[in-house]
Amino acid sequence: MRIHLQKRDSRSTLMTILVPVASLLVSFLLGAIVLALSKADPLVTYRAMLRGAFGSQTKLQYTIAKSIPLLLCGLAVGVAFRLKFWNIGAEGQYIAGVIGITWVMQFWTFLPVALLLPVGMVVGVACGALWAAIPGVLKAQWSVDETLTTLMMNYIIIGYAEYLYINAWKAPRGNMGTILYPEAAWLPRIWGRVHAGLYFALALVVVLYFVLYKTRWGFELNMIGKNRRAAQCQGVCIKRNIILGMLLSGAIAGLAGVIDSAAVTHQLTKGVNAGYGFTGIIIAWMSNLNPFVSILVALIMAALETGSDALQILKLPSAMGEVMQGLILIPLLAGSVFTEYRLAKSGTHTEATA
Amino acid sequence: MVDITKTFPGVLANDHVSLTLHKGEVLALLGENGAGKSTLMNMLIGLYQPDSGTIYVNGVQRDIQSPQDSMALGIGMIHQEFMLVGNMSVAENIILGMKDLPFVPPMGEIKKKITALSKRYGLQVYPDKIIRDLSVGEQQRVEILKLLYRGADILILDEPTAVLTPGESRDLNEILKRMLAEGKSAIFITHKMDEVMSFSHTVQVLRRGKSVAVKPTREIANVQELANMMVGRDILFSLDRGPYEPGPEMIEINDLVMLPVGGGKPILDQVTFSVRSGEIFGIAGVAGNGQQQLTEAITGLLHVDGGSIILKGKNMTNKSPIAIIKGGVSHIPADRGRMGVVGDMSVGENLSMKKYRTEELSHNTVMKKGRIRQFAEDLIERFTIKTPSQDTSVKFLSGGNIQKTILAREIDFCRGILIAVYPSRGLDIGATEAVRQNLIKQRDSGAAVLLVSEELEELLMVADRIAVMFEGRIMDILDAKKTGTEELGMLMAGVARGEQ
Repeated sequence: MRIHLQKRDSRSTLMTILVPVASLLVSFLLGAIVLALSKADPLVTYRAMLRGAFGSQTKLQYTIAKSIPLLLCGLAVGVAFRLKFWNIGAEGQYIAGVIGITWVMQFWTFLPVALLLPVGMVVGVACGALWAAIPGVLKAQWSVDETLTTLMMNYIIIGYAEYLYINAWKAPRGNMGTILYPEAAWLPRIWGRVHAGLYFALALVVVLYFVLYKTRWGFELNMIGKNRRAAQCQGVCIKRNIILGMLLSGAIAGLAGVIDSAAVTHQLTKGVNAGYGFTGIIIAWMSNLNPFVSILVALIMAALETGSDALQILKLPSAMGEVMQGLILIPLLAGSVFTEYRLAKSGTHTEATA
Repeated sequence: MVDITKTFPGVLANDHVSLTLHKGEVLALLGENGAGKSTLMNMLIGLYQPDSGTIYVNGVQRDIQSPQDSMALGIGMIHQEFMLVGNMSVAENIILGMKDLPFVPPMGEIKKKITALSKRYGLQVYPDKIIRDLSVGEQQRVEILKLLYRGADILILDEPTAVLTPGESRDLNEILKRMLAEGKSAIFITHKMDEVMSFSHTVQVLRRGKSVAVKPTREIANVQELANMMVGRDILFSLDRGPYEPGPEMIEINDLVMLPVGGGKPILDQVTFSVRSGEIFGIAGVAGNGQQQLTEAITGLLHVDGGSIILKGKNMTNKSPIAIIKGGVSHIPADRGRMGVVGDMSVGENLSMKKYRTEELSHNTVMKKGRIRQFAEDLIERFTIKTPSQDTSVKFLSGGNIQKTILAREIDFCRGILIAVYPSRGLDIGATEAVRQNLIKQRDSGAAVLLVSEELEELLMVADRIAVMFEGRIMDILDAKKTGTEELGMLMAGVARGEQ
C-alpha cells in the first residue's frame, strides 16, 4: 500500500482553519525539541514565556503595545501579497515613516506644537508610501523583480537612518539618537503601556477589510493577484494597480513606524530596524491575508517576543523567541498542502470522489 | 501502440487510437490543435500513462512509467520548447542528466564522441559553444544529438519546423534521411501539410482524439486531399439559424500592421476586413498565422504599428482594454485557463468580472454582494453550468463548464461585438454544441461575431463569411455558403485562389 496526495474537488474549509492551528502546535513541538537540545525543560520554559507575555497587567500591556506595529506591518505586507507583489521591504518602509515624522518633529518648528503630531504622521506615512512606490514603479514599468528591490532598499534606508541618528540629526548630548520629540506631540497612552496607536491599528483592520473584500478595487486586486493575465483581459489596469497597491502597503508600514516612534521611542535612534517589517511577512502569511485574523496572529507574535525576555531568567538566550517565530512558518507552509490535497491510498480513486 | 485511450477531466483526449511505426520509417502525425497528437506521444515517452491500451516496443509489451523508461527503450522526444540550459556548453547539455557518468565526466572523450556522431549524421555542431549563442536551428540539432548520444532509435519531433527558417527545414530533412539510412525511425507531429508530403513515408491523421486515417504518403495525391483528411467533412449536428440579414458595420479593420519586437517578418500584414451586425465572420488558418494577435489587437491587449481599428464607428486603435470593453466588446480568449478565468476565484466571482463595474452590481465602488449572487445564480441556470455551487473555485470545473462560465459572462455583457477565439477547442461534443448555438444566437439578435477557428467544419457550419489568414495576411474572404474545405484548405496552406 502506498500513500499519495490527491487533489481535492474543492478547497476544504475545515482544513483552512485546522492547518494554522495545527501548525502552531507543531511549531511548539519543534521548539520543544530545540529547547531540549539546549538542556532546558520545554514545559518550564513555555510556562515562563507565557507568564512573561501575559503574567501580569504590565506584561500584558507590553505585549499589546508590541503587537501594534506588528499588526500594522502584517497588514502592510498583506496588501502587497494580495497582488502577489512580494514586498519584503516593509522594514524599510517602516523606517521611512520614522524618518519622516522625526524630520517634522525636529525641523518643522514653525508649526504650533499641537500640529506637530498630525503633520508628522501624514509626512511619515507619505514617506513610507513613496519608499514603497519606487519598487512598485520599477516593477510596473520595467518588470524589475520586486523581491530584490524591496529587500535591498531596506539596507539603503537602514544605513541612511544610521547616518541621521549618528551624524546629521544627532542630539547635542549623547553619542547617538535624535533629540526627543516635544512631549506635547507624543501619541498619548490609553492604558498603561498601551497607546492610542491601538485605535489606529484596529480602525485600519476594519477599513482594510471593507476595501479588500467589499469594493471594486479590492476585487480587482484579488483578480490581479490570482491571475494577472485574466485580469488584464477583463480590463483591469495592472500597472496602475501595482503602483497603487504598493503606495497603500508602504503607507501602512510607514504608519507603523510613525506610531511606534510617536508613542514609544519618541526619537529616531538605534533599534529603529527592530524587524517588525520582517515579522509582518509571517503575520500576513499566517493570517491568510485576512485583516481580522492578523490581529490574533500579531498578538501571538508579540507574545513570543515579550515572552522570550523571560527566558533570560532561565539562562536561555532571548533569541529563542525569534527561533520560535521562524519555526511557526515552516509547518504552516508545509501544512497548506492539505487545504488543496488529501491523503489517499494508492488505487482507491473511487472512494475519494465527493 | 494498440487501442490507446486517455481521458482528462471533461475531455476524451485519445479514443482507442492505434499507431504503428516501422523500422526506418518516418510517420507524420497530423491533426488540429487538441486532436490528441501530443497526448498520444506523451504516453509513448512515459509522461502520461494510458487509461487503457497497450504499448509494444520491438514486439515486446512495455509499461512505460517515465521518460527514463522510454529512453532505456531507445525512444526520445524533442519538444517544441527546447530543454536546454542556455549558459552551458553543447557538450555539457548533451550529457546533462545522464545517470551512468563518473563524478568528473571525461569531457575530452565525450566531445570526441559528439563530434563523431555529428559527422555521421551531418549535424554540424561544435561541442564547446555555449547554447545561448546558437541559432534556433542549431539548438534543435543539439536536441537531436542529445537523443542520439543516449542511443535513441525512435525520435519523436513535436512540430520541429515551426521555429525553423526554410533553409533550416531543408537541413533537418537531410538529417532525418541520414538517420533513416542508419536504421532509425521517427514520428513527427505537425500541422503543416506540405512538410508531410516531403518528409514522411506514412501519414496518420487524428481528429477529436480518434485516428481517422492511416495512409502511405505516396498514395496521397496532393495537399488538398490531406487537408480534407485533417479537417473532415462529417457534420456533428445541424444548427438552426435565422436568415442572413447583415446590418451596419460594427468592426472595421483597415491596413492593420503589427511588427515583432526586434524586427523581422510582420505578424500582421495589411489586414483589412469588416464585420457587420447580424453576421458571424469566421477567420480560418493554421494556428500561429496571426489570428490570435489580431484579436488581441482588437481587444486592446496588444499594440499595433499601423492601420486602424474602428469599432461601432469609433476609432479604437491602440486604446486600453477597459476602453474597448466599455465600447461594447466581449471577448472569449484563446487560452481559457490563463486568460479567460481566475481559477482560484469562485464561479460567481468569475461570472461578475465584467459587470461588476456597472451600477447593476456595484454602487460608488461598493459591490452589491446580494445582487451579485442572484446575478450569478441566473447565469448558471441560463447557461446550464454544471457546478456544485457558485462558491466553488472555477479551477475545479471541467473544461466545458469553464468555457460555459466565460461564455455566460461575455454573452451577458455583449453590447454588439463578440470576439471568440478557438471557443470550442478541446471541448466535448455537448459543450461544443452549446458554444456554437450561443454564437448563432448572438448573431441572430444583431451582434457582430468574429470567430477564429482552426476547424473548417465549424466555420462552414457557423460562419456567414470566412477569411483565411496565412503568415499575417488575409488570403481571401469567401462566402461560407459558396466555399468548401478544399478551397479553404488550399488558402490555409498559402496557395492563392488564382494558383489553385
